[in-house]
Formats: sequence, C-alpha cells, structure tokens
Amino acid sequence: MLRFILTRVSLIIPTFIGITLLTFFLIRLVPGDPIETMAGERGIDPARHELLRKEYGFDRPILVQYGIYIARVLQGDLSKSVITQAPVLDEFLALFPATIELAVCAILFALVIGLPAGILAAVRRNSIFDHGVMGISLAGYSMPIFWWGLILILLFSVQFDLTPVSGRIDVLYYIEPVTGFLLIDSLFFSEDEGAFRSALAHLILPTIVLGTVPLAVIARMTRSAMLEVLGEDYIRTAKAKGLSRFRIIALHALRNALIPVVTVIGLQVGVLFTGAILTETIFSWPGVGKWLIEAIFRRDYPVLQGGVLLLGIVVMTVNLLVDLAYGLINPRIRHTR
Amino acid sequence: MTAETMDAPAVAAPTATPPHPLREFWGYFSANHGAVAGLVVIVAVVLVALLADVLAPHSPYLTDTTIALKPPFWQEGGSFTYPLGTDPIGRDILSRLIYGARLSLLIGIMVVAISIMVGTVLGLVSGFFRGIIEIFIMRLMDVILTLPSLLLAIVIVAILGPGLMNSMLAVALIIMPHYVRLARAAVISETSKDYVTAARVSGAGTLRLMFREVLPNCTAPLIVQASLGISTAILDAAALGFLGLGAQPPSPEWGTMLADAREFVLRAWWVVTFPGLAILITVLAFNLLGDGLRDAFDPKLKR
Repeated sequence: MLRFILTRVSLIIPTFIGITLLTFFLIRLVPGDPIETMAGERGIDPARHELLRKEYGFDRPILVQYGIYIARVLQGDLSKSVITQAPVLDEFLALFPATIELAVCAILFALVIGLPAGILAAVRRNSIFDHGVMGISLAGYSMPIFWWGLILILLFSVQFDLTPVSGRIDVLYYIEPVTGFLLIDSLFFSEDEGAFRSALAHLILPTIVLGTVPLAVIARMTRSAMLEVLGEDYIRTAKAKGLSRFRIIALHALRNALIPVVTVIGLQVGVLFTGAILTETIFSWPGVGKWLIEAIFRRDYPVLQGGVLLLGIVVMTVNLLVDLAYGLINPRIRHTR
Repeated sequence: MTAETMDAPAVAAPTATPPHPLREFWGYFSANHGAVAGLVVIVAVVLVALLADVLAPHSPYLTDTTIALKPPFWQEGGSFTYPLGTDPIGRDILSRLIYGARLSLLIGIMVVAISIMVGTVLGLVSGFFRGIIEIFIMRLMDVILTLPSLLLAIVIVAILGPGLMNSMLAVALIIMPHYVRLARAAVISETSKDYVTAARVSGAGTLRLMFREVLPNCTAPLIVQASLGISTAILDAAALGFLGLGAQPPSPEWGTMLADAREFVLRAWWVVTFPGLAILITVLAFNLLGDGLRDAFDPKLKR
C-alpha cells in the first residue's frame, strides 16, 4: 500500500512542474512589455519601470527567473496584486471559502438527485422514467450554464420574486468570518436569525446552476455502472438465492457500481471550478472565479498567475486523493500496478 | 461523456450477402431516434447558416433606437416585422441568431479541425516513437487535462488578447488531449497486429505506416470524439464570448449576444432567452449525434 501511495504521489511531480511552467510563462508571453501592459493607460515613469523590472526579476536570464519563481512558490510567496498591493495568497485564501461553499453545495445537490435517479433509471430500464432521466441529463450535459443562470433568475427572482439575484447574503447582515463559510458562520456565530436564512436563499440558484452538469454526469454514470453490474453472474446468484430485490440492489449491486461513480465525482472537481467561474460571474458571488475574471480585465497578471497556480494545485491534489481513495476501495487496482 | 450502452434493435434483416458497410452503419444509426433527431437539427442549422443572407429579414448589425426592446410577435407590442423582438439597440434578434449560426458552426468545425489534426499527429508520433517524446507529449496533455478547461482557455485568451480567433485557438488546445490519447491508444493496439507487421516487412516507411496503414483503422473513435468535440467547442467558445473574452460586439455570436443582453434580464426576457436556447439546441444536437455514432460504431452491439 505504501508503495502504491508513493508511486501515485511521485506521478504528480511532472504535472506540478508543468503547471508552474505554464503560470511562469503566462506573465512573460503577454505581447509587449508586461510592466507597461499592467500599468495600462496610466503610464509609468522610467525610474519606477526599472524598479519594477528588478522587483519582478525580468532583468535576469530566463532559467534563473524560473528558479527564483519556483523557490518563491515553494515558500508560499505568490507576489502581490498590482491593484490592491495585497499578497495574492491572502486574497485567494479570503475568497476561496466562498467558492468551496458553493462547490460543496452544488456537488451535494448533484449527488442527492443524480444517484437515486441513475439507480432507478437502471432498475427500471427502458421505462418512461428511464428515458426521461436520460433525456433530461443529456440536456443538462449540453446546458450553457451561464444562460441557465440567467433563465433561473428570470423565473425565480423576476417572475415569482422568490430568490435574491446576486451576492452571498443580504447587505443588512454583517457576518464576521470565522470559518469563512457563511452558512456555518451565520448559523453558529451570529445572533441574527435572518442571517442564516438570507445566506441560504442566496445559495439556492447558484447551487442549482453549478450542480446541473455534475448532476447530469452522475445520473448517466450511475445508470450505466448499475446496468453493467446488474448483468453480472453474482447478481443472478443473489437472485437465485431468493434475496429480496431491494437487498440485491442496495447491498450487492450498488457497492460495485459506486466505484466508477466515485472516480467520476472526483473528476467533477475540475468541471466545478470551470462552472464556478461562470456561476460566480452571473450571481456576483464573491469567490475566486469572479476574482480571476476581474483580474483579467484589470490586467492584474500576478493575481491571474497565482490564482491559476493555486486552482491547478487544488485540482491536482483532489485528483490524487480520489486516486488514492480508489485504491483503498478497490484492492484490484492497488495490486495490479 | 460517460460510456453508455443502448440496446438498439438490429434492423438489418439477415441476407445471403453481407450489406454494404455504410448501409449497415446507417441501419444501426437510424435505429437510434435521438441520433436521427440530432442529425436533422444539425442539417437544419447548417442550412440556416448557409442561407443566412436569404433567410434573415434584417441586417444583423443595423441599429435603430426607435424600435429598441420590441417584444416577440405573440406579445403585446410585438409585430411580425421583428418576429423574435429586438435587442436594446434595436437590432432584429432573429436575424442576429441566423447569422450567429454561421459563427457557431464555424467555431465548432474549425476548432475541432485544428484540434484533431494537431492532436492526431501528436498521438501518432507518441504511439510510434515511444520513449522520451511520448513521455513529454503525454505529460503535457496531463497538465492540460488537470487544469479546469475553461480556466486554461481564459489564461490563453488573457495572454493572446480577447477575440474570436484567439478564443478558438484556446478551445482547440483544451480539447486536444482527447484526440492525442485516442490516437496514441489506437496506435499502440494496432501496431502489434499482423497487417502492420506485414506492411513493415514489405518495406513501408514510418510515415506510411502512420498515415496510410494505422490511421484509417482508428478513425471511428476519432469521428465520435469529433462530434462530441464540436459541442464542447461551441459551448466553451460561447462561454468565453459571455465572459467578454471571445467574439467581440457587435458580432452576433450567441454567447456575446447573451453578454450584451445580461443587464436587460429584468426588463426584456426575450433578449436573454433566445440566444441561449439556440446554443442549447445546437449543442444538444451534436451530443445526440455523437452518442448515436458511438453506438453505431460499437462492434459489441452488432453481435
């Protein structure tokens, strides 16, 4: 088992180097002089230009620059935002809980609906329910979620006035960040009862929007994994033994069917961050996705560079954990490689 | 896309001589109603795109503020002159959608063409030469796959600058790993087969082996992936347009149209509803087609 873990961990090193190379060149491939580009129309005087060139290390040979960059990254120094002058890592850590909160709610939403829908569709194969689930999940998979968000706003916020249009919580409430997760902070650390309700109401639409694609993928994957398992000999044996239908499905089939599903859920982390960028933009959700998009328009390259690196590392780590968990659930994987 | 099995009933009646492969293929394909529906929609979108000059009632760029935000014809205040209403600066939405079909198809096809050409060559090269070249190419593809796809596209556009061309290049890059992996896997499984050995023994060079012998035998998965790739390309390019990083106004690209219309969501439902619907229907059609093609190509189902 230790050997398995070590091999898997060592496999991510080249990927890590690749990501750092990408973010390293990101700031250097921008056409023209990066400092002038960042300064934009404000312009910059030559003395300050020279100073910044030194500060960013642009006057050194490229390999030395990369070495310095890696050394700084490993020390947690991701340089400072051009606009706010705050360290990029601090800004990221302040905003990341908002993205995590949204992503966790979205994946829970996708699981709570997607898993049972997929299982039922497989059990009642070729029924109207099955065709319905597959049709809806194909539509969900094809959904432009930036439009889906607008349509939900149109329906629930404009037509029925049920949900707020944007933000994380009503401006009436100020919640001191303790964990950074507003749902938890407002429930346990705030005397105001309306705060939790407000935070919850603000989460509904973004959760649905961000959860739609994972929901579709999970439903489809669960269905096909279940169908495969239900055709296995041991299921026939269980049937022949006279076990109840529920017992066969819930205990025998589901266990094995869940293995590929777990992997798919792990792979959805990347999809979630992609979706978060769009969802946060639509709902003005103050997370890292919106922060990155704003950084592009402000030409705040250090933020973009640091943010991409950090998100890349997060996704890489989650994928690694899924891989390791997969080895734990399924001994066959562990021993064959 | 997840692997899914469909029990399509075999429609080809048993005959003495085996039917032509294309005919047999169509038999399996047409048994899948969803796939046929997808194909019909795609043909319709292609026709609309080709005949845009004839079909569109107005210019997609002509603005007229006196008729701004007219509702569609079935609502009070709407008229058949502007069947789907007008946008905030008085352009006909239907005409813009029709011209937008051109852009979306162009994006989908160009992106997949670039991606498939470069990706297949990289896959063939890494499958044939193995060693350090293969490690380098496949690790690079792993990096691309690790980063959230849209994030990578955004980074590339941030470097190259916003615009239709640059966003197409960015999307082409992020869907490339699929083709590289497919081509490489196909090469590795094919090269051990007898016909490749036979070709090599009779003196075929590596290039000939790669393109004339092996490539034709791994086209099926590439075609399926191409169909699914077009839907991803249209979706991601529209997302970039929506974020203001893709096609720039006044281009009638569907995602860009949505970005322009966003602030009017509270006042005029039609300016946000129709462009998104167009994206959804087109993407859905390509996904249906891709699923249908995969099922029709899947040899397991033919038995």
